Amino acid sequence: MVNFYIPETLQQALEIRGKEKAIVFAGGTDLMVRARVWFGVPSRFDKPVVYIGKLKELRGVSMEDGVVRIKAATSLTDLLDDPIVPQPLKDAVSSMAAPAIRNMGTIGGNICNASPAGDTLPVLYTMDAVLTLQSASATREVPINEFILGPGKTAIQDDEILTEISFKVPKFDVYTFRKVGTRKANALSKLSFMGMLAFDGDRVADFRAAFGAVAPTVVRSRDLELKIIGKSKDEAVSMLPELLEDYSKLIRPIDDQRSTAFYRKNVSLRLLEHFLKKHLK
Amino acid sequence: MEITFKLNGKQVSVETVPTMRLLDVLREEFGLIGVKEACGEGECGACAVIMDGRLVHSCLVPIAAANGSEILTIEGYRETERHKVLMEAFAEAGAVQCGFCTPGFVMAIEALLRRNPHPDENEIKEAISGNICRCTGYDMIIDAVKIAAKKGEGLW
Ligand SMILES: Cc1cc2nc3c(=O)[nH]c(=O)nc-3n(C[C@H](O)[C@H](O)[C@H](O)COP(=O)(O)OP(=O)(O)OC[C@H]3O[C@@H](n4cnc5c(N)ncnc54)[C@H](O)[C@@H]3O)c2cc1C
Ligand code: FES
Ligand code: FES
Repeated sequence: MVNFYIPETLQQALEIRGKEKAIVFAGGTDLMVRARVWFGVPSRFDKPVVYIGKLKELRGVSMEDGVVRIKAATSLTDLLDDPIVPQPLKDAVSSMAAPAIRNMGTIGGNICNASPAGDTLPVLYTMDAVLTLQSASATREVPINEFILGPGKTAIQDDEILTEISFKVPKFDVYTFRKVGTRKANALSKLSFMGMLAFDGDRVADFRAAFGAVAPTVVRSRDLELKIIGKSKDEAVSMLPELLEDYSKLIRPIDDQRSTAFYRKNVSLRLLEHFLKKHLK
Repeated sequence: MEITFKLNGKQVSVETVPTMRLLDVLREEFGLIGVKEACGEGECGACAVIMDGRLVHSCLVPIAAANGSEILTIEGYRETERHKVLMEAFAEAGAVQCGFCTPGFVMAIEALLRRNPHPDENEIKEAISGNICRCTGYDMIIDAVKIAAKKGEGLW
């Protein structure tokens, strides 16, 4: 039987994590599915577990000097209920699972799970979210695109806990979040797309695009975005074929039980094309 | 590990393995077999209960995480006036066939009506989106919620 620690403070949680290399347990909606054995049999964890789901220090949303700060164990439902959380992130969260899962599941769990189909990720990439990682003795900050290394792989150390997600909401005039799944509820993404545009008169002042579930990690390229930033709408439209061709090289989906590589790639590029054509008119 | 929580209004404690699922503890230790297991993976809602005022799927909750919580299952809810109204509405709409999914739906609907006593159709669909029923085709369940919201005016 493994130890299941229920610390009362973050500091205690960090000490247990450091000493026991304990598995961090937030909402458990990913962990419990993986640990499932059979009815009447305890779920199986191969290491001690440290429960952070109810730590007050790890829950809540605040805003300071235009920077949104979300504590890692804030539930998905609490994000939907909080007026500070920007709408694109709410769109992504409301596309996830169903109410009961959102009541337990946390944003930190979605990030640390590092699934290519994690639905908060494309939005957090477009926001250039920064993650705060704490151990008992140190704190560091890592941009989300450097944190997520591949499916199920992150840059977290075995004595660290993700404590906060922060970002400045970029100025945007239009955005879209699209999740393509088999059905609306409880379906993991076949692919997802997040697009944002800001204008300065006739010019593109900012453009951001991110794709989920079409490569080992979220696809976002500032270099490609910069190609149309500063251009007039007409110029940007004329560059579309080239831009789509460029993105097509970055989008490298796989075939799996949810969808095919062919479908994922085509739909991703169509969503991008549709978004740009619609708003660059 | 000793776990203490409030179950259907009564303070209870149980000595169990911390990673035992709340679902198993409710069924095996407390005999609350209105809490069903179907998928065991969070997808179907048959095991839904209300924990600290919010709907959860008890197959995904390790009992240790329920320590200090307040849990309502269909057995406790059955004692309430709201349940009576809801069950009459289910009967009127024909929303029960085999009944396996019913306790889970009832908990999901109670969680909805607590937050929103006058839900529209989309809000109802969203609220029961984590529950699966293989018999009724959902329309009758949605009708039942509408009937209950109307007849139970003031209860929620
Ligand atoms: C039925 C069902 C439907 C789902 N649908 C979707 C969906 O549509 N979209 C989607 O993206 N996901 C979905 N999920 C997956 C899951 O609900 C989400 O990924 C959720 O956000 C996970 O959060 P959690 O707190 O429950 O994670 P947990 O299970 O607690 O943890 C997940 C992983 O992250 C680690 N971890 C958690 N918090 C921290 C932290 N603060 N610091 C360090 N490590 C941490 C854990 O050790 C574990 O490895 C679904 C799951 C189920 C069961
Ligand atoms: S048995 Fe828990 S959701 Fe299906
Ligand atoms: S009535 Fe049979 S599963 Fe719903």
